[in-house]
Amino acid sequence: MLDALTLATGVAALLLAAWCGWAAYRDQPTKDWHFIGMAVVTVLALVQMVVGFVQLGRGEKPDQGTTIFVAYLLGAFACVPAAGFMSLAERTRWGSVTVAAGGVVLAVLEVRLYDIWGA
Amino acid sequence: MTSGEPEVSEGRRRLSSGPGTLLVWLYGVMVVGAVSRSAVQISTEFDRAPLAYSLSAVAGVVYGFITYSLVRGGETARKAALACCVLELAGVLTVGTWTLVEPSAFPDATVWSDFGIGYLFIPVLLPLSAIYWLRKGAPTGDAA
Repeated sequence: MLDALTLATGVAALLLAAWCGWAAYRDQPTKDWHFIGMAVVTVLALVQMVVGFVQLGRGEKPDQGTTIFVAYLLGAFACVPAAGFMSLAERTRWGSVTVAAGGVVLAVLEVRLYDIWGA
Repeated sequence: MTSGEPEVSEGRRRLSSGPGTLLVWLYGVMVVGAVSRSAVQISTEFDRAPLAYSLSAVAGVVYGFITYSLVRGGETARKAALACCVLELAGVLTVGTWTLVEPSAFPDATVWSDFGIGYLFIPVLLPLSAIYWLRKGAPTGDAA
């Protein structure tokens, strides 16, 4: 697995979480710029998923099993968009809180992905 | 509306607006986590820790039901979700204590092991906040 990509996605997810957390603190819903941020994080997760599949295709094996690895890749990809859609339906600070929580969840998934792939 | 009471609209009380959005999201994450985890473990290595994996599956079903109730809304769903949250809290506390007192019963972890430490303690915090939110949504006025 590309460690740099995992790290970048994790850091981007935490930044997104902080940004949306700040919006929630200021009692604001998610705005266009937040959605662009979510798109950036989602693209990173998508690239990571593609890279992960390519590496599996090359016959490399994750330490903790292919099934779990694939499940986490899919989860990481779906995480932020799902939270984003919920914030579209909830135009209050609580939508921002939800996206912030989505960012934190993605960061945790990245740590797990790193463990699952192994050194 | 920034927080406060669940909205009352068109008869069926909404439970998924405001703070409810965050609850739906976190419960949704736990559904995916618990269900997929137990599905993988039960299908591949059930014999290693049958108790732990079964408990994870039960947790997943409970989470699923609460998520559905929150999204559906209405008074019946509110009461059902409240009952499940109490069940969930009891489950987390029981399994959490059980795993600490007798680790040998659990060769592998469940979502509720050590009060959900592997899930940032979300499993123990979630029912508490959900119970608070659902109680706030109780009908006011007449003692129905």
